[in-house]
Amino acid sequence: MTAATSAPLLEAHRLSFHRQDEPVFAPLDFRLHAGELALVEGDNGSGKTTLLRLLAGLLHVSEGRLLWRGAPWQREACAGEILFLGHQLGQKLDLGPRENLAFATGLHGRRDDITMDAVLDEVGLAGYGDEPLRRLSAGQKKRAALARLLLQPAALWLLDEPYANLDRHGIALVNRLLERHVAAGGAVLVSSHGAVGFHGGEPQRIRMHA
Amino acid sequence: MSRASLPQACAAMLRRDLLLAWRRRGDLAMPVLYAVIVVVLFPFALGPDLALLQRIAGGVVLVTVLLAMLLALDAMFASDIEDGSLEQLVLAPQPLALMLGMKILAHWLATALPLIVIAPLLAGMLHLPATAIPVLLLALLLATPLLSLLGAVLVALTAGTRRSGMLLALMLLPLCVPVVIFAAGAVAAAQEGLPWFAPVAWLGAALILCVVLAPLACAAALRIALDA
Repeated sequence: MTAATSAPLLEAHRLSFHRQDEPVFAPLDFRLHAGELALVEGDNGSGKTTLLRLLAGLLHVSEGRLLWRGAPWQREACAGEILFLGHQLGQKLDLGPRENLAFATGLHGRRDDITMDAVLDEVGLAGYGDEPLRRLSAGQKKRAALARLLLQPAALWLLDEPYANLDRHGIALVNRLLERHVAAGGAVLVSSHGAVGFHGGEPQRIRMHA
Repeated sequence: MSRASLPQACAAMLRRDLLLAWRRRGDLAMPVLYAVIVVVLFPFALGPDLALLQRIAGGVVLVTVLLAMLLALDAMFASDIEDGSLEQLVLAPQPLALMLGMKILAHWLATALPLIVIAPLLAGMLHLPATAIPVLLLALLLATPLLSLLGAVLVALTAGTRRSGMLLALMLLPLCVPVVIFAAGAVAAAQEGLPWFAPVAWLGAALILCVVLAPLACAAALRIALDA
């Protein structure tokens, strides 16, 4: 069954969000199937972050329709299937990467095919597992946040600027994670200003207009 | 792939917040220190009038503990909102109200429990008769979680607004009054040798109501705070 014949994971029809009666971005239409990557492009202030938060369920749709697996979007229906990584990393700075991951897996469950040590190794934080995040660099904090992508089971990834603060190796890491997730049948929506070196095929592009 | 069960998630939430409180245990000492200072100063301010001190002891300890808790209340959700942890909590498959209930429990354990542990010491400094101390502890065990729960709802409502600390104190005051009246009433009755169970039962009933409703109200308020 190819990706095109199954119901799209996420579907948007004239999707719009209003803040104080002003639309934040022009109405959007797109379809995202399992095994697909979509790139959200737009200038600063065009509403990329707002769109991702809307799709994650943190904001309410103002106009238009959002469908999850063919049915109208409902929080309960997609609970546990969406992984959202925003600008704020969602990590406690007083805890180390290992402790933050333990909490995330306590809430979301975890994949059994990889150990915590292997995860830390993969993101380049081997040896920093118990160091409070406060003491790590911005890039290391980002890597600790990315570690969740390896452990938390989710069908759809919503990543807001995943490449920010990362060096060459970090960027390669993100691309590797994206390729693996898409090859395994997951879907990804990424917002980025540039430099997406994704090798798994041409990504769908969603252009944001203010 | 292992799914997270509800008890596992509750335990993870509790463990994380208690661990965080332990990492910042210097901050936890503040309310305790404040309570000790206030109670130590009272006998100096009022003179060695034993009868007077005994009469006000129960009320002073109660008010001091509640005010000390107020100091720590503001910080309940602040750090989670700032670093994006609250967003992740909203997105988690578990009911938000339940997770917030665990947060409030952890907050109570970290801030109120130390105060309750030193309460007999504080009461002793003000010469509260030993017969009234168990009732004081019971009243505190009921009044402090009530304050944590009510405070949590108000902190959630004022989250993200400027001068939220001031707003919080103003809004919390009218809610504190009945709690203080009933709790102090119980202690005063115990001191006189009169039956003290009725006000304690009222506190208990209010606590049960709040345990059920406050986390739900908190969840609704925080969702609104995140929306904005």
